[in-house]
Amino acid sequence: MKLSRWFAEHWVMGVALLVLGYLFLPIAVVAALSFNRPSSRLSYDFNEFTLDNWRNPCATSDMCDAVLRSVQIGFISTVAATALGTLMAFALVRHRFRGRSGLNVLIFLPMATPELVMGTSLLALFVAGGVPLGFWTIVIAHVMFCVSFVVVTVKARLAGMDRRLEEAAMDLYASEWQTFRRITLPLVLPGIVAAALLAFSLSFDDFIITNFNSGTTVTFPMYVWGAAQRGIPPQVNVIGTAMFLVALLLVLASSLRGRQARRAAVTAAVPSPRASTRS
Amino acid sequence: MSALAHVPTGSGQSASPPPAARPGRHRLLPYLLLLPGAAWLFLFFAVPLLQLAAASLYDPDGSLSTGYALTWAFGNYPTALQAYWPQFGRSFLYAGIALVLALLMGYPLAYAIAQKAGRWKNLLLVCVIAPMFTSFLVRTLAWKTILSDNGWLVGLLRDVHLLGPDGRLLATPVAVVLGLTYNFLPFLVLPLYASLERLDYRLLEASSDLYASPLKTFRRVTLPVSMPGLIAGTLLFFIPATGDYINAELLGTPNQYMIGNVIDSAFLVRLDYPQGAALSFLLMSAILAVVFVYLRRAGTEEVL
Repeated sequence: MKLSRWFAEHWVMGVALLVLGYLFLPIAVVAALSFNRPSSRLSYDFNEFTLDNWRNPCATSDMCDAVLRSVQIGFISTVAATALGTLMAFALVRHRFRGRSGLNVLIFLPMATPELVMGTSLLALFVAGGVPLGFWTIVIAHVMFCVSFVVVTVKARLAGMDRRLEEAAMDLYASEWQTFRRITLPLVLPGIVAAALLAFSLSFDDFIITNFNSGTTVTFPMYVWGAAQRGIPPQVNVIGTAMFLVALLLVLASSLRGRQARRAAVTAAVPSPRASTRS
Repeated sequence: MSALAHVPTGSGQSASPPPAARPGRHRLLPYLLLLPGAAWLFLFFAVPLLQLAAASLYDPDGSLSTGYALTWAFGNYPTALQAYWPQFGRSFLYAGIALVLALLMGYPLAYAIAQKAGRWKNLLLVCVIAPMFTSFLVRTLAWKTILSDNGWLVGLLRDVHLLGPDGRLLATPVAVVLGLTYNFLPFLVLPLYASLERLDYRLLEASSDLYASPLKTFRRVTLPVSMPGLIAGTLLFFIPATGDYINAELLGTPNQYMIGNVIDSAFLVRLDYPQGAALSFLLMSAILAVVFVYLRRAGTEEVL
């Protein structure tokens, strides 16, 4: 009786933990394989423990070139998409204008369209226009599919913002620019940073759209795709594990900072009612 | 909040009133803010779709080197469909099965995080997103190791006779569907979590106080509350899963190829642009049709 109640209470959590295990299984494998000395180039099985892959991650230099190129493309695309998307989010939340619903559709559609369709249609455009494929066509494509995600992320942050803080600043004779610089921007900044991180990870990891618009330029996912046919160097798993660790650290750092900021806000708020009762 | 403290109050000492909003000045501002982004989306999202539509009606006898003529060759569509309907059907079949599997796994996961996790909530959420931190291709290749013929999983399944002595997982539909389920599961879980988080626990208590069975409580309380997230999640899962061809390529064989593999080779290997464009356009229309019917039946406007 007791056991069945315990089971009824906890089975959902049990299933959830199993599913999380399923989600983490490949990550564990990637991490393990990063310490593997494969028996042959085409083998995917664990053979022998070694630290060599971590010592010389760039043993296959074209892989590191590809990683570097992905970082460059990711950086340029992120800056451009974040700028364009943030401006649009401000216009959408703060202003009234004609054509809003049409614009919302234009922003929503890229997120609902299969990557395959976006990739092939851009290729059709570039080929028809005689644009040579390469680094910059990849950047154009990445900015395009990142913009919508930036708009949505920044918009959510802006919409949840307390307008009265800005009004208070204006009442205290801050100019529009001062209000923006000192109030609006700091409050929206976490949203913009989150959007930029999202854009970078989307860009860095994109394969399908890039595959159609890269010409002979090789990004990291393109490299892995090509290597899957020729045999994967184990260093690919080093990059995979390192990416995972870096992203995890970023998330943990931001949540720690968030917690600190919240605590600071609480301690700052506590003395104020006492001060007001005293006066 | 601390930003408030930095606002210079000095300027307030001049006795002028706070600037009143001047209506005329801001009329152009929204358009200026919107112009660059909207132009980018128009030029590199909307116009290409038109170009794709045009390419799908090119004369099929043209080639990249001789150039294509737009001959309104609507025949490209039936020809392409006739040649590749198995891959087309397979895309929807695999994505559909993967969606059902993902729902069976994702719903309990989202529910547990939203309702049962307590102070571990954020940590578990990070755990859901964390697998996406590694490259999509690298983690798909990891499945190749897990499902490999000499791997422990195949060995185990052979030992318990779920697989024959020569049975394989890799290079079968099972591997492709598993890969699809795995890769897009977080897209299903996150929106589902967002709506289940809003579920008030007291509603569940009230329901069971009124003698509803757990199943009935689920059907009448939990499920309706989670509907917006369920709809958004299934779409976010189904659309990329249908268009995916990485899993079919890395975990399957040409016998498991989905429509994406065909489109990829039409554009990049066979250089048959009219056919590739026709298939691409068919895929988009088919997905839009499925989404539309689904949204009509689910009867909610909240998603769009």
